[in-house]
Amino acid sequence: MRRLFPHPFLTLTLIITWLLLVNGFKIGSLVMAVILGTVIPLLTAAYWPDRPPLRNPRAVIGYVLLVIWDILMANIAVAKIVVFMPKAQLRPAWITVPLELTSPEAITVLAGTITLTPGTVTADMSACGRALLVHCLHAPDPDAVRDDIKARYESRLLRIFA
Amino acid sequence: MPLIAEIAISVLLVVAGLFGLVGSYGLLRLPDAMTRLHAPTKATTVGVGGVLLASMLYFAVNGSVSWHELLIALFLFLTAPITANLVAKAHMHREMSQGELPDSDTGRVWATFERPGAPIAPVLTSAAPVESAKS
Repeated sequence: MRRLFPHPFLTLTLIITWLLLVNGFKIGSLVMAVILGTVIPLLTAAYWPDRPPLRNPRAVIGYVLLVIWDILMANIAVAKIVVFMPKAQLRPAWITVPLELTSPEAITVLAGTITLTPGTVTADMSACGRALLVHCLHAPDPDAVRDDIKARYESRLLRIFA
Repeated sequence: MPLIAEIAISVLLVVAGLFGLVGSYGLLRLPDAMTRLHAPTKATTVGVGGVLLASMLYFAVNGSVSWHELLIALFLFLTAPITANLVAKAHMHREMSQGELPDSDTGRVWATFERPGAPIAPVLTSAAPVESAKS
């Protein structure tokens, strides 16, 4: 079983993606989806040396909802800054976010989340992978932004990824 | 199509259009490359998201449910951070030096400023040991 499905989550993702692409449910497309979901992980196994260490898959749903909500709020906040704030009051800042996460998948998710949410963009990672460089559009208090990222997102990701 | 659905779809389209406009306006108005990067990456996620929701609602009301919009949103969410990251790295590479950025507090420089000869050795670890080498 483990040899046939080395990455159960990847298989599941591929099946769902294929069914969404087909845009309707038929038994034929489900068969095709299962074939693709089996063959693609096997063929690409060399690029996935170990499986993403998902410890708590159910917490993913809560995390996704939180991020979508934050993106909505982020957009309103950034729109206000763009339209109303005078250029002289704008306080862009670079901040360093030290990482407790160690798995590459978890760090990728964190970096993507930071870019998608309020006025922050992940610009770079330290050469050893222990810190992220984040640019803030408007951060009068850079330390608060860093603590917010660590408390709001990284702590949740630490619970999701082993 | 019932009136309430028409109103909901119109509101979604107008709000999405407004966010798209604000994103483009920000590109024009903000002072430098890094701050300009924020406006379009943010405002267009809701801009595109609103149009996609309106599209799903329209097809759902007309009796044929469409799922492609979910995939568009998914791929957008996967690719937008990578685009922003590449633009930021290119900007750092061409216009900035390590001295203008905060220290990484790890003893290593930011990856963009690593010398080409230096070993590329991110000491990322994962919980499970790598098995492929043995088998």
